Amino acid sequence: MSMDVAIVGVGLHPFGRHPGVSGIQMGAVAIRKALADAGVAWKDIEFAFGGSYEVDNPDAVVALMGLTGIPFTDVYNGCATAASALTQAANTIRLGEHRLGIAVGMDKHPPGAFSADPRDYACPLWYGEVGEFLTTKFFGMKINKYMLDHDISHQTLARVVNKNLRNGALNENAFRRKPMAEEQILESPMLNYPLTQYMFCSPDEGAAAVVLCPAEDAHKYTDNPVYLRATTLRTRRLGAFEVHSTWLPEEESVGPTVDASRAAYEMAGIGPEDVDVIQLQDTDAGAEIIHLAENGFCADGDQERIYAEGETEIGGRLPVNTDGGLIANGEPIGASGLRQIHEIVLQLRGQAGERQVPNSPKVGYTQLYGAPGTAGVSILTV
Amino acid sequence: MTQVAVAEGLFTWPAEEPQLVGSKCADCGITTFPVQDSCPRCASTAMEEHLLARRGTLWAWTTQSFPPPAPPYVGPTGKDFVPFGVGFVDLGEVKVEARLTTTDPEVLNAAVKDRTALELVFLPVGTDGDGNEVVSFAFAPAESAAPTEES
Repeated sequence: MSMDVAIVGVGLHPFGRHPGVSGIQMGAVAIRKALADAGVAWKDIEFAFGGSYEVDNPDAVVALMGLTGIPFTDVYNGCATAASALTQAANTIRLGEHRLGIAVGMDKHPPGAFSADPRDYACPLWYGEVGEFLTTKFFGMKINKYMLDHDISHQTLARVVNKNLRNGALNENAFRRKPMAEEQILESPMLNYPLTQYMFCSPDEGAAAVVLCPAEDAHKYTDNPVYLRATTLRTRRLGAFEVHSTWLPEEESVGPTVDASRAAYEMAGIGPEDVDVIQLQDTDAGAEIIHLAENGFCADGDQERIYAEGETEIGGRLPVNTDGGLIANGEPIGASGLRQIHEIVLQLRGQAGERQVPNSPKVGYTQLYGAPGTAGVSILTV
Repeated sequence: MTQVAVAEGLFTWPAEEPQLVGSKCADCGITTFPVQDSCPRCASTAMEEHLLARRGTLWAWTTQSFPPPAPPYVGPTGKDFVPFGVGFVDLGEVKVEARLTTTDPEVLNAAVKDRTALELVFLPVGTDGDGNEVVSFAFAPAESAAPTEES
């Protein structure tokens, strides 16, 4: 069995648009907040992992923090970048190599959908030339099939967005803080059927950081440590219905989220029925619906009733994306997964203010998912 | 205007009844599209070219209702952009992603539920840097709406 790792500090630079502030500067703000939260100084930090899509060298943040000579490894793993930084940082502690480290994620995306060369994703160039190399198109296709197979309505898509924007309104660090009526969400321009404009998150800017140490050291730094009981990463297997595929085999298999989730529950010795507060990848409204089932929180099709009855609300049985998720926060890729951890840590400490889940939640869960079929899951407890 | 295929070796257009060109693994039998030289299931490199059926059924679909980023997209953008459908069409041994000739949700949902046949067609999708018309493949509701009897 692996050694337990504790999170003793979290920090976040607000997500949104920050003209004139670089990704590195946002990273430094998040690190300073996490250090202050843990009551430690930068010179106490023995190692770091940094994740980003737009910033080539997140480790350059040492120029703003202090040139202490620590090992600082940069990681990029698509939408699961932050989960990779966290996993590597936790494993470094589990290996006994160091006793106090930091995982930081930062990004600064221009507005609009991501654009790339298909060949960098092992896809042929023609796939982009004919207009099929788009992540949003995949998300539309996946939820449209799911809705047909499991009788999910367009109204439920709107309910997801409506909830996440209401939660975002309670979060001073969120990008979008204005609630929106379900009708307005449904009537906004169709981008990829059945997904309308307001059903997608936006790439934006922000940073987040967490300070980690072995569980046995946690009380040196804080009275309310949060323990990282599992972190897992998985990629797609043959037959999974994943983004950027020119073809699929006849055989079908579950997505990488299901594999990462099962492995995380096993690692933590915790089941979905034990989880009190949940963060799911809501790149679009449909993704949150699918991920609720893929992570074991409901059966396929139950989402129609679960959202209608408010079970995913902050005061519900399955509080999902209490800080507004990606829909309210946007997606600075390198930081997004650490924002999820930041929110779970606040919730488990009882420090989430107006959006605090009632009755002292004890177990939190995060899931990241992205192109070309990568998922990361974490389970945290007090 | 001269017409050119979007990629070489992707389909047999302009044959009389053009087909998509996939590959089949001589060791495990899986079919891929397009041709690839190693098998994604068993890692064999014994992949053989294999022509795919011209009819299939719709497995999943969406619409592309805004212009894709150009480049790489070669079609008309801005106000000239025309939305198109995209879906996975099940050809019996492989599902291929393809543009669809309609964006009508009623037609497409019915095609999924009733397993009505879709048929391979070829159409211009844009222009290349030399001013040639770029031709690619798509699937259209078959003239006879009977389930796939061919292939």
